Amino acid sequence: MSKKVKVQPIGGKPSDVEELKLESNYLRGSLTESLSNRITGGLPELDNRLLKFHGSYMQDDRDYRNERQKQKLEPYYQFMLRVVTPGGLSTPAQWLLMDELADKYGTGSLKLTTRQAFQLHGVLKWNLKSTIQEINEALLTTLAACGDVSRNVMCNPNPYQSDIHSEVFGWSQKLTSHLAPKTPAYHEIWLDGEKVESGEEEVEPIYGKVYLPRKFKIGIAVPPMNDVDVFSQDLGYIAIVENGKLVGFNVSVGGGMGMTHGDTNTYPQLAKVIGFVTPDQILDVAEKTVTIQRDYGNRSVRKNARFKYTIDRHGLDWFVDELHDRLGWELQPAREFSFDNTGDRYGWVKGVGGKWNLTLYVQGGRVVDTAGIKLRTALREIAKIHTGDFRLTANQNLVIANVTSQKKTKIAALLKEHGVEEGGNYSALRRSALSCVALPTCGLAMAEAERYLPTLIDKLEPILEEAGLRDEEINIRMTGCPNGCARPALGEIAFIGKAQGRYNMYMGAGFTGDRLSKLYRENIAEEEIIATLTPIFKHFAVERNKGEHFGDFVVRTGYVKAVTDGTNFHD
Amino acid sequence: MQLQVTNSPFTSEQAELINKLLPTLTEAQINWLSGFLTFYRAGNAGSAAAQVATAVALEAPAAVEAPTAPQLPREATILFGSQTGNSQRLAGRLADKLKGQGFEVTLSAMNQYKTNKLKEVPYLFIVASTHGEGDPPDNALTFHEFMHSKRAPKLEGTKFSVLALGDTSYEFFCKTGQDFDVKLAELGAQRIVDRVDCDVDFEDAAAGWLAAVEGAVSAASASAAPAASGAATAAAPAAAGESEYTRANPFMAEVLDSLNLNGRGSDRETRHLELSLEGSGLTYAPGDAVGVYPQNDPALVDEIIAELKWNAEEAVVTGKSGETSPLRSALLHHYEITVLTKPLLEKAVAFTGNSRLAELVNNKEELKAYMNGRDLLDLLRDFAPWTLKAADIANLLRKLPPRLYSIASSVEAHPEEVHLTIRKVEYEAHGRDRKGVCSVYTSERLQPGDKLPIFIQQNPNFKPPVNPDTPVIMVGPGTGVAPFRAFLEEREESGAQGQTWLFYGDRHFVTDFLYQTDWQRMLKDGVLTKLDVAFSRDSKEKVYVQNRMLESGAQLYQWLENGAHVYVCGDEKHMAHDVHKALLSIIEQHGGKSADEAAAYVSALQEQGRYQRDVY
Repeated sequence: MSKKVKVQPIGGKPSDVEELKLESNYLRGSLTESLSNRITGGLPELDNRLLKFHGSYMQDDRDYRNERQKQKLEPYYQFMLRVVTPGGLSTPAQWLLMDELADKYGTGSLKLTTRQAFQLHGVLKWNLKSTIQEINEALLTTLAACGDVSRNVMCNPNPYQSDIHSEVFGWSQKLTSHLAPKTPAYHEIWLDGEKVESGEEEVEPIYGKVYLPRKFKIGIAVPPMNDVDVFSQDLGYIAIVENGKLVGFNVSVGGGMGMTHGDTNTYPQLAKVIGFVTPDQILDVAEKTVTIQRDYGNRSVRKNARFKYTIDRHGLDWFVDELHDRLGWELQPAREFSFDNTGDRYGWVKGVGGKWNLTLYVQGGRVVDTAGIKLRTALREIAKIHTGDFRLTANQNLVIANVTSQKKTKIAALLKEHGVEEGGNYSALRRSALSCVALPTCGLAMAEAERYLPTLIDKLEPILEEAGLRDEEINIRMTGCPNGCARPALGEIAFIGKAQGRYNMYMGAGFTGDRLSKLYRENIAEEEIIATLTPIFKHFAVERNKGEHFGDFVVRTGYVKAVTDGTNFHD
Repeated sequence: MQLQVTNSPFTSEQAELINKLLPTLTEAQINWLSGFLTFYRAGNAGSAAAQVATAVALEAPAAVEAPTAPQLPREATILFGSQTGNSQRLAGRLADKLKGQGFEVTLSAMNQYKTNKLKEVPYLFIVASTHGEGDPPDNALTFHEFMHSKRAPKLEGTKFSVLALGDTSYEFFCKTGQDFDVKLAELGAQRIVDRVDCDVDFEDAAAGWLAAVEGAVSAASASAAPAASGAATAAAPAAAGESEYTRANPFMAEVLDSLNLNGRGSDRETRHLELSLEGSGLTYAPGDAVGVYPQNDPALVDEIIAELKWNAEEAVVTGKSGETSPLRSALLHHYEITVLTKPLLEKAVAFTGNSRLAELVNNKEELKAYMNGRDLLDLLRDFAPWTLKAADIANLLRKLPPRLYSIASSVEAHPEEVHLTIRKVEYEAHGRDRKGVCSVYTSERLQPGDKLPIFIQQNPNFKPPVNPDTPVIMVGPGTGVAPFRAFLEEREESGAQGQTWLFYGDRHFVTDFLYQTDWQRMLKDGVLTKLDVAFSRDSKEKVYVQNRMLESGAQLYQWLENGAHVYVCGDEKHMAHDVHKALLSIIEQHGGKSADEAAAYVSALQEQGRYQRDVY
């Protein structure tokens, strides 16, 4: 191995957030004091930054922000709490607890996120501590659900190969806990833990005092399903199954969705596969990858701080070399694999061992009772009798897993009783839709997403129907801002919010999550969206090749150029 | 009415003289003469229990001679017990009148008066209001207690009269004034003019009493009275620089802004009204109130008219001098229709064919229960058939009284503006939705650009300390916080350096934190030193301002020891009592005092003007 010139980290004046982390004394800051201030329902900016590491963001109801200002009331501050559920797994007891907390402290609904986590919205500051305590009592945590650390590790909840799933799921749990922050601050602040005076160096052996430059996302896919959008992850593992056994994982690095409108130095990027490792090696690979990003990531400019920019700045070869150096061993060559889709398969499926799995469509990941569909009640009733588990999918849906034959009948009856469809009756477009929370609570949103996408789909469905495309799966994704929570750069059709009612429209991503989409129209409103898509749908219906997906079609017929790499996304 | 030999005890010559004189007299002169004659007789007959007679129903006159009673020193003591300032203002008017007659006048709040002087007082006049369940106003508490204790002196050499203010819709109407009246007589003092009990529309009755007192003292020292005195001073002269706009002549203030201070989802609505004083010459100080003349609910007015099948356009009397308005307008603007009072029901008996009303009126307990939460429409529906004509309402109904609201702004911070904080009152009772007259008017029908009739009601009993360095503790939950916005804005403008501590509370933090961003700014700028809040419905345990006071008891006591003034504004029934108890308990606990010592400590605070309340 030839010795190369050592690459230097990018340097530059550390951003304010870096200063904050440094001075926070391992994520303590003045959180305790700010939480007990009764004059405001909010937190000062610095403590809010720290709070993310504890799994919560301060938000406010933006629908009423101006109105309240006139009323001499501060914004309606409230907190989103995100619960870490590695691989999206939760027990019926945990489900019941989250359901209860949604009423007790939240807004009466549960959000299943695009990263297989639970979110509670609308928790008031005075209730944060009780909520977090109750979550912890159910053996769940919010620690590191947000913040500049490794997040909830995603994992395919594959209901077809349950024995493989359970093994892969085990690794997602191990990864999550291995990379969890070790600071006692969380216990001190929320769980009334003993205040621990600790030796400086030992507190965070992986992260150190200033944690990572930005968030870090890990996902594990089990081919042929790429539901976790493995190439959108900073670090991805692709399970390799040979002769019915899990032999190891291909490793992919450097993916990420976020960008900033109008800044071409920011872009979505897909991860690249760099090799193969055996299962027992993946913790080591993850830890060393994280430390490389810790040492080389951009700590001066936050919007260029994600791992994908570190890799693009120094090159994939540099990274692999550096990784090998830190591991002290080398990855094997990548193994063959192929994906065929990123979606979920709805309905009942019999898995290994004779247990049943039901994948339920959950619109926008929002578990809520509406006039006709009492989804939340149905799931509560099911959780009371269910002996298996629940699995949150990367597409914001829900798998009721490991159902015995006797319980299957009861569960099906409960769903029917509460007006819940299993998913198959929805149009393929609706089933393949993904949206982030956006307005009114997300502070970053420039436009609607979760609240609006269903309405837009209502208007697109008749057009598709007329073109004979009702059962054609087309990934459609919408986010309120370009940070990419619903992974829009991997939508065959994607909308990224620009302003109230206005979106940039992207097309041409690969159906299996292997190609980014491309900007097609800028700043358009509903009328123009429909006027733009209608002829393309018709064209697609008539001139598509056999089995050709929409994303591939719009590239082949020249609506958009194929994006071959994130670095030419803006070209 | 003409006096004749046949219908009076007078000779034809006397009757002619009287008949010639009477039609020329103004109302004030008649009142004056009435007082004069009473005292004239009392002086001559030596009767201590003179009865006020009407001006024309006179007994046989005594010889017309100068009074033979010994001349009293021309010294008068006027004591007032005042919560909102009305009693104080009326007492001031009496003082001016008596001074005009060459009297040496001592004018004082009851709790400021040195009771050891009481024995030597030749003329004693009491003006006192009554609150809640017959309670004396704060600055009358200690004096009321003293007068009803064994320490009260014999007052045989004293002549007195009492003016009582109150509200007939309360059970213990004018009780404080009545207490003093009875007690003074018991102590041997001579009543020279009968007590007058004033309802909420007190001006005319009070003016009558003032004139009667003036007449009486004039008679008591007839020959020595300066010629110029008397009825000419009936109207209190306006103080220099005062606006022409008064309670009797309200200013039509334009509504500049009107917004709901409660956020979405609140079960309450609190209006923040910004009114223009431009061109009025009106000004005010922190602690003062604004009187608002509201309008009744048009829907309720229409229901009343429909109930009795009256003609909405029929002209009815609305003014003292016989001015008229169409019935609908009279009910909207001039008469009270939302409250039942005992006098109203008593008068109403004559207009119904339903005998049950007379039965009700004669049963005190049932009457009280019936009046509670019912209004004129209930009465009309419950006791038909009626012979009541639209023209009768002038005799039946009270005038629509103005509503007083503590001012929520400093005129220094908002020149030519005044801000009010009005919580909408709506509830259901006896099967119907009830609406607060003024609060619903201002919240539902009054729009920016409209004009609202208002006057300034000074409140000398709720004033920030004169010394800008004196620490201030303010307890104002709900709309009780209004005057403290005025206090703090004033301090912000004047640059007062004393520490300030506000206790605020309501139901829900998110929606009911009135003026939240104002307080946050004041905290940041240091105008407000400390802010403690209690939201009763946000936690399992209900938490109120008094709980927060107790939590910070040690510090609060330290502030008191450092000379802090304590101000309490808001609900009288519960909050003010609980806060008072908390204060006592803090002084006991942190001052190491017994219950009696703590009570004495608080009384001393009150006497020094360091514990002031504006409660309602």
